[in-house]
Amino acid sequence: MNRLRAWFLAPSWAVMLSLFLAPLVIILAYSFETRGAYGGTSLPWTGESYQRLGDALYLGILWRSFWIAGLSTLLCLLLGFPLALFISRSGKRKGLYLSLVILPFWTSFLVRTYAWMFLLRDTGLINTVLQKLGLIHDPLPLLYNNGAVVLGLVYSYLPFVVLPLYATLERLDANLLEAAADLGAKPWATLTRVVIPLCASGIRAGAILTFIPCLGAYLTPDLLGGGKSVMIGNLIQNQFTTARDWPFGSAISLALMAIVMLLLILFARRGQEGLI
Amino acid sequence: MSSPAEFVLELREISKHYLTHRAVHSISLRIQRGEFFSLLGPSGCGKTTTLRLIAGFEEPTSGEIHLNGAAIHHLKPYQRNVSTVFQNYALFPHLTVRENVEFGLRRRAENHIAKRVGEVLELVQLTGKESRYPAEISGGERQRVALARSLVLAPDVLLLDEPLSALDPNLRKQVRAELKNIQRRAGTTFLFVTHDQEEALAMSDRLGVMNAGELEQIGTPEEIYLRPRTRFVASFLGALNWIDGIGVRPETTRISKQAPETGARSRPATILRSTFLGNCLHVEARLATGEQAMAEVSRLGENFAPGDPVFLWWQPADELTFE
Repeated sequence: MNRLRAWFLAPSWAVMLSLFLAPLVIILAYSFETRGAYGGTSLPWTGESYQRLGDALYLGILWRSFWIAGLSTLLCLLLGFPLALFISRSGKRKGLYLSLVILPFWTSFLVRTYAWMFLLRDTGLINTVLQKLGLIHDPLPLLYNNGAVVLGLVYSYLPFVVLPLYATLERLDANLLEAAADLGAKPWATLTRVVIPLCASGIRAGAILTFIPCLGAYLTPDLLGGGKSVMIGNLIQNQFTTARDWPFGSAISLALMAIVMLLLILFARRGQEGLI
Repeated sequence: MSSPAEFVLELREISKHYLTHRAVHSISLRIQRGEFFSLLGPSGCGKTTTLRLIAGFEEPTSGEIHLNGAAIHHLKPYQRNVSTVFQNYALFPHLTVRENVEFGLRRRAENHIAKRVGEVLELVQLTGKESRYPAEISGGERQRVALARSLVLAPDVLLLDEPLSALDPNLRKQVRAELKNIQRRAGTTFLFVTHDQEEALAMSDRLGVMNAGELEQIGTPEEIYLRPRTRFVASFLGALNWIDGIGVRPETTRISKQAPETGARSRPATILRSTFLGNCLHVEARLATGEQAMAEVSRLGENFAPGDPVFLWWQPADELTFE
């Protein structure tokens, strides 16, 4: 029996070891090496890359990544919660609405991000319409700024918040909402005292599923931020390409991973306390 | 015009019609202060809908609901001083027993919360369970938390939606007595919805029998059992023999091998079967017309075997007549 179990687990182990653990070890080794003249790495071992992480420039990028990811997550939750609530109360139309939420996944992420560029740029749809209507004279600076990046991230990750929230709201006993109203709770009190606490697990899951990819986002800030709104993902990419500093790129990657893991552990702790 | 002060709750021709059916149709009802009133009827008769209309979870299609003489049918549930004990109790799973009971008081920003919660938990005998979560207590205890959570708000009427149906049958009779006792001590008006006739008869000061969205009869348990106004009421509350268009209860139906004394009504019949129930026998017989009837007879009397020719008889005073 145990032998059979080992055989069944073997493919997973093989995948995890070769595609996750091995690259991680390589990255770890890179991060302590010296940069090669034409990319790559060479000896001697050094901790220099980690020292550079404390540089104000990089801390600034890290900070921007955090607030952009945090703001995007918050907006996703604020937009996703009413939407999930609405879908969970839609009776027979639930399936339809859920497939509409998932519909964007049918198209390439890259194409959808480019579509936003066409909407937001100076000669894009929004600016053109507003100018034709005479509402504005000069085009609004909609693209290549932090706002555009947040917009792109919220757009991309909204489904990741809606789905777990929907799953918890769907399970919520409707009698509990009636009981709250019956005991004198106005709608706002019912929301904050009953619905939100009981959906904490969905909110937590949605927040994690949004915040972590947002923090490491690369494509959205690259296309919609246009190099002006650099996030940590772009910084890493830059080290492995134009900057040719693999050790530093590796060090940033590991630092990001460590921060995310720390956050996840904190979240998991909170989650356990909240569980009944 | 306001209703007389002794009526705490009054329904005036309340209806709730849906596209396809009439859940509740033109129900009028007055409930006295401090009364234990039951709405009794089979499932789907509209009794729960009536309760939900009073609580404010549903809006009536027509009619008025008055609480202490003031119309409340246009108010939101949180604006009505009535409270509901739900069939599944609907306790907040993320809150402790104490927090569940405090919930309503906190929403109303009332004073002396700790004292009042302590008192009501003592009333329902839950002292010591304050910090437990609903998942950590028994079904009977959950029911008492639900009761306490509503009672602590001193509602004008407590609405109970089949609160015993989720309990173990063995526990039900005991809880029934406890519930009645709590009602008496709290002095709260109870409007109790049930499909269990025994429950309704045992607990109620008065009851109303509902069928297909309409209220068929209102009265004390004795009135309803002894003088049912319709055949539905008679057959829903207890068993009924239906003989030549006349209703007779099995306990007033007699069976004997000899023709009965004069003055009694009798029919010749044949014994079908006899079931020994300990304290009595249930004897079933077939009449010449083909109708079947049942009699509850003493186990100390005659013995009957299937096929025996007998007389089925009763006193004219025990006949039930309907509108």
